[in-house]
Amino acid sequence: MKEITKKDLLLLVLGLAVYAVVQSLISIEVIGPFWTLNIVLICINIILASSLNLINGFTGQFSIGHAGFMAVGAYAGAILTVKLQLPFLLAIIVGALVAGVLGFLIGLPTLRLSGDYLAIATLGLGEIIRITILNIPYVGGASGFMGIDRFTDFTWAFFLMLFTLFFIKNFINSTHGRACISIRENEIAAEAMGVNTTKYKVLAFTLGASFAGMAGVLFAHYFYIIHPTSFTFMKSFDYLTMVVLGGLGSLTGSITGAVLLTFISAALADYPEWRMVIYSLMLIALMLYRPQGLFGSKELSFKMFHLKGRERRDIA
Amino acid sequence: MDFSSFAQQFGQQLINGLSLGSIYALIALGYTMVYGIIRLINFAHGDIYMVGAYIAFFATTSLNLSFFPALILSMAGAAVLGMVIERAAYRPLRSAPKTAVLITAIGVSLLLEYGGMLIVSPQPKTFPPLIQTQVYHIGELVVNSQQIVILTVSLALMVLLTYVVQHTMIGKAMRAVSYDTDAARLMGIDVDKVISFTFAVGSGLAAAAGVLVGVYYNSIDPLMGMMPGLKAFVAAVLGGIGLIPGAMFGGILIGVIEAMVSGFISSTFRDAAAFAILIIILLFKPSGLLGKNVREKV
Repeated sequence: MKEITKKDLLLLVLGLAVYAVVQSLISIEVIGPFWTLNIVLICINIILASSLNLINGFTGQFSIGHAGFMAVGAYAGAILTVKLQLPFLLAIIVGALVAGVLGFLIGLPTLRLSGDYLAIATLGLGEIIRITILNIPYVGGASGFMGIDRFTDFTWAFFLMLFTLFFIKNFINSTHGRACISIRENEIAAEAMGVNTTKYKVLAFTLGASFAGMAGVLFAHYFYIIHPTSFTFMKSFDYLTMVVLGGLGSLTGSITGAVLLTFISAALADYPEWRMVIYSLMLIALMLYRPQGLFGSKELSFKMFHLKGRERRDIA
Repeated sequence: MDFSSFAQQFGQQLINGLSLGSIYALIALGYTMVYGIIRLINFAHGDIYMVGAYIAFFATTSLNLSFFPALILSMAGAAVLGMVIERAAYRPLRSAPKTAVLITAIGVSLLLEYGGMLIVSPQPKTFPPLIQTQVYHIGELVVNSQQIVILTVSLALMVLLTYVVQHTMIGKAMRAVSYDTDAARLMGIDVDKVISFTFAVGSGLAAAAGVLVGVYYNSIDPLMGMMPGLKAFVAAVLGGIGLIPGAMFGGILIGVIEAMVSGFISSTFRDAAAFAILIIILLFKPSGLLGKNVREKV
């Protein structure tokens, strides 16, 4: 991984400033509980969207079972804090690890598949995970896992989000990340150039899964209760929509996608029946008129404004 | 459990599985034909099956039609819907990357599901009893008239489809386009028309499956297409996607396995069974049970 550059520090300072402003607005109650909830949700969604983007956008493996890994993390974390009374930080680490190990075990065989087949296999895996959880009475089965303490607050969600973004950003700029991108561009050519495609596909998948697991722990400890129906493939589609809206292969795109869609669904909270209709129309319209998403595979940066109109294809 | 009661339950689950499986087979045919021609997993296919069931529901409750006219009306309606979806959402993306088309298909699927919820309300509706229930006993096995109708109708439709694909001009054109789209175009085949026709036929079959399910379970709802749609896709992959006999075989197989799992293990694992089979099949024989292995060209 690359050493931390001046630009990273600048972004870190920017992040801290955003945190300070939002946190003080929350403490003086300018931002009410409804929007606080949505801001925390935005942070969790950014983690999920950017980690899914690592698999779908940067490595080019079409996975649509992200909610399954989130569920694994959520349940593992909840078992740790509720049943075993262990600290929250440990729950986060274990949740991420368990989801990551599962991602590795699942990724190893399934990533031999490509394109449509991989999509349907990951979708199926997500469902298998959910149905398995549904059948475990220890974690509440169909009635859900109750009595989880609210450990997640804005601070946790925000700093874990920052951590995820920095990690993924540095990962894709590293040798490993470049290898992942080369697989997206042309798997056969990458293989011919000596890239161990299986290794990198599994690596990206495992990392993506563990971040999803971490987000799951945050999710579980914010909403008191988790339920197998919270992790259906509709949820995976939500994250897919965020990634696609922002642009496959753009981290800032994922952030924008997560923020926009969380806001839209918050704004439509009174009309839940319209939410999915608008989501779906947006997806279709987006694919018809701007299939690369809002940002394509570019990042939003100051450079982007300087070099207007010129095709700069570098990432970050 | 002694052997005779085991055999009895096995036979009973086989009958249930066959009727369920023939419904999956009907849906899987649409998947396989569309995939065979434009290499697209039409995620919205399961929802066309739902729309088909609703058309038949309104045809029987509002227009007082009986079973067969309602079935035909529903198939025709779904065929038109399938063509409209293809024209509006998939055709503009014919040369776009595969991911874009796949995402559009997911979008269309969500639109049909949740748009349907807005129009017909999310509450399940009771499907009118179109066929009088009669229970036949064959030895110790029980067969009801609904199961017989399901098997007869789906068998008839499959025979009809096989005839159309194998012995008519348009069927020949479909096979040609599926084999090599560009060459077919050079030979003067109107590819757009053939694709449109394929969507119409596939959607019609899905609608028929929807009506049959309505008759069988007496209950329909806007999300009913989600699971059967995915399982029918699994069935198509299982048999070898792009192959019509493969879809029929895969559908029946999935139905039977599912009935066995819910009969002998637990009905809650029923939905997981199909996906587990899918993953195992994909790992060992990615081209499906009846498919041939094709190497990717560089």
